[in-house]
Amino acid sequence: MMKQVFGRPKSMKKNIFHYCAGCGHSIAHRLIAEVIDELGIRGITIGVPPAGCAVLAYNYFDIDMIEAQHGRGPATATGIKRVLPDRVVFSYQGDGDLAAIGIAESFHAANRGENITVVFMNNAVYGMTGGQMAPTSIMGQKTTTSPTGRNNVLDGYPIQVSEIFALLPGTAYIERCTVNSPASILKTRKAIRKAFQYQIDGLGFSLVEILSPCPTNWKMTPIESCHWIDEVMSKAFPLGVIKDLPAAAKEEGKKGEQRHDG
Amino acid sequence: MKGHIIIDRELCKECHLCIQACKKGLITPSNDYNSRGYRPVCFKEEGDECTGCTLCAITCPDIAIEVYRE
Repeated sequence: MMKQVFGRPKSMKKNIFHYCAGCGHSIAHRLIAEVIDELGIRGITIGVPPAGCAVLAYNYFDIDMIEAQHGRGPATATGIKRVLPDRVVFSYQGDGDLAAIGIAESFHAANRGENITVVFMNNAVYGMTGGQMAPTSIMGQKTTTSPTGRNNVLDGYPIQVSEIFALLPGTAYIERCTVNSPASILKTRKAIRKAFQYQIDGLGFSLVEILSPCPTNWKMTPIESCHWIDEVMSKAFPLGVIKDLPAAAKEEGKKGEQRHDG
Repeated sequence: MKGHIIIDRELCKECHLCIQACKKGLITPSNDYNSRGYRPVCFKEEGDECTGCTLCAITCPDIAIEVYRE
């Protein structure tokens, strides 16, 4: 008798994703749905989709979703969380949404240490509008609005959102991961789970940045774009845990106990 | 037969990430179109090489693969 070991998560509707072939958004959607299933919080989770490629995320998640204005996801999520503190609230944002038009709202929500989770999809271009340069486009990257490559004199430097947010005392947990291989996908899932768990435990603002392939706008095949993340993009945006205050505090507590014992 | 996968032909968008992920090379491209104009990948049914490791399903962006194991 064969047993099903992998299938569609319960929190995901049976709709066909509108995303391009090889897009990282749909992987991130699935991981969030799996985490919601795993934690058993499907009935109390409220998602806030962005403007951008993932604007139709509410068609895919089988949970409550409230669409935010462009970039205002964390502000909307703040309102929901303050009115309904027993719900789990997450905002799902792309790099145009979070790092460009919504940087103020995102930055201040992080600075206030709102007890919400932000999933930040970084694909280094404006995906929905046709691959224009984003604040997170890396140096020398060719896009439709930087045909000769990003140049620091004209265009400035890529914004390291995770590193900047990590400097704010209000943030609890920030990790940068990617979804370009089975191993990294499992790692990302762990990071999302941790972020949701921290929110449930009331530990404060958590952000998971996901380097996501955009084969269409990078003008690559899905497999090439996975390699590009490894070889080029993750050099500009180093992967790993950038800030984990609760774990650090736990570690500190353990050390304190040991000292006490000794 | 240790493992088995079912590929939903209508969901597959031929990104071929699963072909890259399968360590045994059991998933292959095909030339048949589905109703949305993509050519979904095929699973080599014969033999019992599939271990049901789920790597293909984990990489699939479109949740087109279901994995069964004994």
